[in-house]
Amino acid sequence: MPVSRLLIANRGEIAMRIVRAAKSLGVHTIQAYSEADAEMLSVREADESICIGPAPAKDSYLNIDALLKAARETNADAVHPGYGFLSESPAFVRAVEDAGLTFVGPSADTIERMGDKVAARQAAEAAGVPVVPGSDGRVDGVDAALEVAETIGYPVMVKAAAGGGGRGIRVAQDSDELRKLAPQAAREAQAAFGDGGLYVERAILSPRHIEVQILGDGTRAVHCWERECSLQRRRQKVWEEAGASCLDQATRETLCQSAVALAKAVNYRGAGTLEYLYDDASGEFFFIEMNTRIQVEHPVTEMITGVDLVAEMIRVAGGEPLSMTQDDIARNGHAIEVRLNAEDPLMQFMPFPGKVDGLDWPEGDGIRVDHFLSDGYQIPPFYDSLIGKLIVHAPTRDEAIDKLAKALRSTRIGGVKTTIPLHLALARSPDVRAGRVHTQWLEPWLDAGNLTAEATGDPQ
Amino acid sequence: MTDIQSPLPGTFYHRPDPDQPPFKAKGDSVAEGDVIGLIEVMKTFIEVKAEAAGTFAGYEADDATPVTAGAVLAKLES
Repeated sequence: MPVSRLLIANRGEIAMRIVRAAKSLGVHTIQAYSEADAEMLSVREADESICIGPAPAKDSYLNIDALLKAARETNADAVHPGYGFLSESPAFVRAVEDAGLTFVGPSADTIERMGDKVAARQAAEAAGVPVVPGSDGRVDGVDAALEVAETIGYPVMVKAAAGGGGRGIRVAQDSDELRKLAPQAAREAQAAFGDGGLYVERAILSPRHIEVQILGDGTRAVHCWERECSLQRRRQKVWEEAGASCLDQATRETLCQSAVALAKAVNYRGAGTLEYLYDDASGEFFFIEMNTRIQVEHPVTEMITGVDLVAEMIRVAGGEPLSMTQDDIARNGHAIEVRLNAEDPLMQFMPFPGKVDGLDWPEGDGIRVDHFLSDGYQIPPFYDSLIGKLIVHAPTRDEAIDKLAKALRSTRIGGVKTTIPLHLALARSPDVRAGRVHTQWLEPWLDAGNLTAEATGDPQ
Repeated sequence: MTDIQSPLPGTFYHRPDPDQPPFKAKGDSVAEGDVIGLIEVMKTFIEVKAEAAGTFAGYEADDATPVTAGAVLAKLES
């Protein structure tokens, strides 16, 4: 049944994005909001809105009963979960479906399966998707470790099979080193956990983070090419690109096809992302996990393909088949997104929930801003610090970086400290310009003092 | 009496963890720089420290409640 009245069970910029996509389909939008979000832009932009509880997320955006009550009271026939909050909660999906409503996303069973690391790894292997090579379970003794390492390839990481965390982790570059390190790791594992069993897996020391956007309707699945999100701080992406310039066309095709194979194998419905580690040195990619929802960085994919991912999610949730075939989805140019967070990058990224005093956004061809701000808006302190995303699109990556720097300089969010200075400094970095980055690049770069008021080109 | 104010808007917590005792109880001695609570702001926890020494007179803001910047969180007797 097509979606006609959509409850938006999320906030911030993604709520605005969903309102816009739903309206483009002629769907009536209902914004659920917490008491702290009554002034939020999507409350005004949606066709109607309903308060679901107090500011703390556990009492509002994470409160399944409150959301279902709101859906009943507003006669909603579908729920869009956005990202974060309840978007990957099988319990929420079941509650929504038990209430006779449509959940805009995959089934509870798919979310459950892909949310379990072991089950997801097994599903990937069964679909022929490469995973980080490792020992199947525990390994006892140096000889056994050497044998496994020989088959998976060096460098390898050895760690305690028992317990978790970083205890006993060692990286060996070759068999001589492994011969020395494995007994140490075994002794440490024995001391820490009373079990000297080891686990051996390929060490990917400075991987890139590459991910593939997929869409499915439960029967067919397609990919919308890949993104690279290697610039991360505290495991949070700060800058994302489509496509990944480090890939050659053959690797790109193989990678994207592997994602489609897994999506088809699990009869995926909706938008999803398969995340991979990519090893520049060997040119190999390894599946790490799947996110069964729309992602923050989806706009870069939309910019290079012209596909409206959020609208497509709503259509397939309503029972329509995918509106496109793989051949319809062409890559065009290069796109970059930067996350604008209400944080002071020159003060250890201290959160800055200020009041917006003057707001200027860049405009022009190939410039897109997804945000939820308005002049005079008091940013609430109760949720995450993402206040907007600046996205640029240009024929080449070089031109996209230039366009980004220019757009950042004409962005003004008065009254609030933001991560704009970080992005200006990154746009000037020779490593970023040359694409010489990986997931372990940004934090040492920050620790080395590369982010100063001068480096942003905007000394104040 | 000295006020200890919130440096930021957010959610104020008396305890380092829900299953641990409060940082301070009435009558405790407080040294300059002692942590008396936490403010959760945008998913980040910031320590609230006493800017003077004294004796803890009690919390003014309830545990796990929203506070504004400058709100009085606790009082000290000097």
